[in-house]
Amino acid sequence: MELFTNQVLAGIATGAIYACMALAVVMIYQAIDHLNFAQGEMAMFSTFISWQLMQWGLSYWVAFLITLVLSFVAGIAIERILFKPLAKAPVLTNVAGFIALFAIINSSAGLIWDFTIKQYPTPFGSAPFLGSQLISTHQAGMIGVTVLLLLGLYFFFQYTRIGLAMRAAASVPESARLVGINTSWMIALGWGMATAIGSIAGMLIAPVVFLEPNMMGGVLIYGFAAAVLGGLTSPFGAVVGGFLVGIFENLAGTYIPGVGNELKLPIALALIISVLVVKPAGLFGRHIVKRV
Amino acid sequence: MTVLLNVKDLRAYYGQVQALHGLTFSLNEGSLTTLLGANGAGKTTTLRAICNMVRSTGGIEFDGKPLNNRSTESIVRYGIAHVPQGRGTFTTMTVEENLQLGAITRKDNAGIVSDIERMYAHFPVLKQRHTQQAGTLSGGEQQMLAVARALMLRPRLMLLDEPSFGLAPLVVRDLFGILGKINREDKVSILVVEQNAQLALELADQAYVIETGRIVMSGNAKDIANNEEIRKSYLGY
Amino acid sequence: MSAVEDVVTEAPAVEAVPKRAMTLGTGTSVVVLLLLLVVPVFAKNFVIFQLTQLLYLGLAVLALNILTGGSGQFSLGQSAFYGIGAYITAVMMEQFNIPYFLCLPVAGVLCFGVGFLFGQPALRLSGVYLALATFALATAMPQLLKLNFLEKWTGGVQGLVVTKPDAPFGLKMSQDMWLYYFTLVVVLAIYIFSVNLLRSRSGRAFMAIRDNEIAASAMGVNVALYKTLAFGVSAGITGVAGGLSAIAVQFVAPDSFTITLAIQLFLGMVVGGVGWLPGSIIGAAFIIFVPNIAEGISKGLSGAVFGVLLFLVIYLVPHGARQVAILGQQFASRLRKN
Repeated sequence: MELFTNQVLAGIATGAIYACMALAVVMIYQAIDHLNFAQGEMAMFSTFISWQLMQWGLSYWVAFLITLVLSFVAGIAIERILFKPLAKAPVLTNVAGFIALFAIINSSAGLIWDFTIKQYPTPFGSAPFLGSQLISTHQAGMIGVTVLLLLGLYFFFQYTRIGLAMRAAASVPESARLVGINTSWMIALGWGMATAIGSIAGMLIAPVVFLEPNMMGGVLIYGFAAAVLGGLTSPFGAVVGGFLVGIFENLAGTYIPGVGNELKLPIALALIISVLVVKPAGLFGRHIVKRV
Repeated sequence: MTVLLNVKDLRAYYGQVQALHGLTFSLNEGSLTTLLGANGAGKTTTLRAICNMVRSTGGIEFDGKPLNNRSTESIVRYGIAHVPQGRGTFTTMTVEENLQLGAITRKDNAGIVSDIERMYAHFPVLKQRHTQQAGTLSGGEQQMLAVARALMLRPRLMLLDEPSFGLAPLVVRDLFGILGKINREDKVSILVVEQNAQLALELADQAYVIETGRIVMSGNAKDIANNEEIRKSYLGY
Repeated sequence: MSAVEDVVTEAPAVEAVPKRAMTLGTGTSVVVLLLLLVVPVFAKNFVIFQLTQLLYLGLAVLALNILTGGSGQFSLGQSAFYGIGAYITAVMMEQFNIPYFLCLPVAGVLCFGVGFLFGQPALRLSGVYLALATFALATAMPQLLKLNFLEKWTGGVQGLVVTKPDAPFGLKMSQDMWLYYFTLVVVLAIYIFSVNLLRSRSGRAFMAIRDNEIAASAMGVNVALYKTLAFGVSAGITGVAGGLSAIAVQFVAPDSFTITLAIQLFLGMVVGGVGWLPGSIIGAAFIIFVPNIAEGISKGLSGAVFGVLLFLVIYLVPHGARQVAILGQQFASRLRKN
């Protein structure tokens, strides 16, 4: 039993990483209605920028804030410059665009900062949290930040005009235009916010997985999985999904014989798919009724 | 009487297909004008062209200012509220959120709050359901919500696309009564597209009849309603 | 973004392609066929090898095109079927000494079965959910191929070396050249089969499902059957393509069949034009040659250059090579009129 509780705790600790990324995934899904495969790379690049700022002597929180703002602006710029021209192109062409963006960012980061693994600092320290060897203060801090972020998003979407406008633009774009909402800018804003949230995720994840151009590959997949599991329309679901995926992954690795590190991912995914077969809109997602 | 909306030689296209072939009509400030015609005559397209939701050429002037080549969302900001066919309800949001969205371009928070109360007075059923998801409302209630949402803009002109579609006759009577009241009391000019010609002519002061993308008849609503020949050949009642 | 054209452009995820537009005209087909027949005679062995690669990757892109362009289902798991096909061929050839031309049909049939079975749970999923499910398959495959108890056949992490076949009947032809013509025959046969499949009753059922699943089922199309069938056919063809690759590359290893391959096939489909079968070969050319070109332009930034080139292509022709073909056709007919 103790093994079980320990594994669940460890799962929650890794789950915090996925939860954080999943929030960024849900954010972009709300804005553009599909998944952005380059999101992990964008987060990685933001993290490198913050690292570079710290190398130049800025303190952690100053670098953090500057990165947040830069990421927000960069997200908007990427949408305006690269993806707005594709607004009328088929969805699959847009997906190809995400893959192209992935290649560009990954390769540029490799050239600027090379592929060696770098240490990344944590503002929370890495002592055991409340005497537990399984969760460090950094991981506890990460969980805290994720929850704060979730609350912030909830308030933004429920109680601000711009949040209301963004939701309207995402759910019925034509009606949104008819009440005077500039839906095109709402999409750009969604990109900005998703990129900023992604940068927070990157900066929190980097102390755990270490900083390098390929650091987000695995994390983004788990982030997608978490968001899909929780329901792509629900930020709350995404966070819960993140923790569940972390727990799944750890328990599968411990209890299913013959599962090495390599098979953890496929098994976690298979579990998620079985959930989706039963609940196609995810655990907390809104079921959308299709009409002919 | 001043002309509020002036449409000249309007042609609209869906891809290669031309749907309007040079439509010319105007609407006076404060009037309630109806656009009649059979299925596929181009009524909906006319409203969509005014809001730049289909590709079109020709002149559209609102209060003396040209509307051509402006985006839909900026046309709305001139004070033109469009209630689209199918009502365009934000189904996943609450009734109250739908009303707030109608006023999203306005900055006067106090005015918005009092307008929401005014809408609840016009449509008491919306007040009962104000926290409910709009998608769960009945068809008639959704149509009321759509009209209320449009009024939240405090529009000068309201475009209504077949408000009677799919509603029970009693509900339609109710709705048209409220539209008349809004037109008289709130001084909102209304352009309403209808298939239910009889009802629309009772309500309207001006009427235009379109057929295959052209205006074939115009005049005072009473005259058109009383002219048996027109009624028989174009309006079918 | 203005709303001007939204009414006409509100399309489903996969745009409807008229059935006739999915293929080439007779004249063009003959020219392309002649080129494919003649060019290798004048080419060096390495170029012939690349052309062979073009053919079997084109076949794999075609298979995805039948699934996505035909039935509207999305798959990131094609690399798994490709890997299974390659391994079945390699294991049969090397461990059981079965001639290569017999291995391919077996690979095709087995992969059809795997695809058909995988299509069952995938039935409940669509869009991003299906993408995730197929993605899981793609990530699992290299690990499954490495499993210990299979090692005595698969060679584990090391993989398997495959012997290249000689030209039969004493033909005086290099191995590469023979393999090219052999591949060409297989690919052409499958291409003709696919074209006819999409023109058939089943093809119409696929497209009805792609355009509107609910309406299709209301018209009496057995949606579940045809969706899984599309998965099966696509997987079967992908398996044959994988088998051909194993023979041509003379080597199979688990890490040749990762998600990267599935993404390449996806890009090939988009560049060639979703739903346009002849575009598959153009898409394959893109994924074979453009990375090399990018490498030539800048070694350190080859990924970025590749991304920029890909962006250029999708800006210029968002509907892929199909769009170029349509423009060409319009241009030709205008010339004829004058």
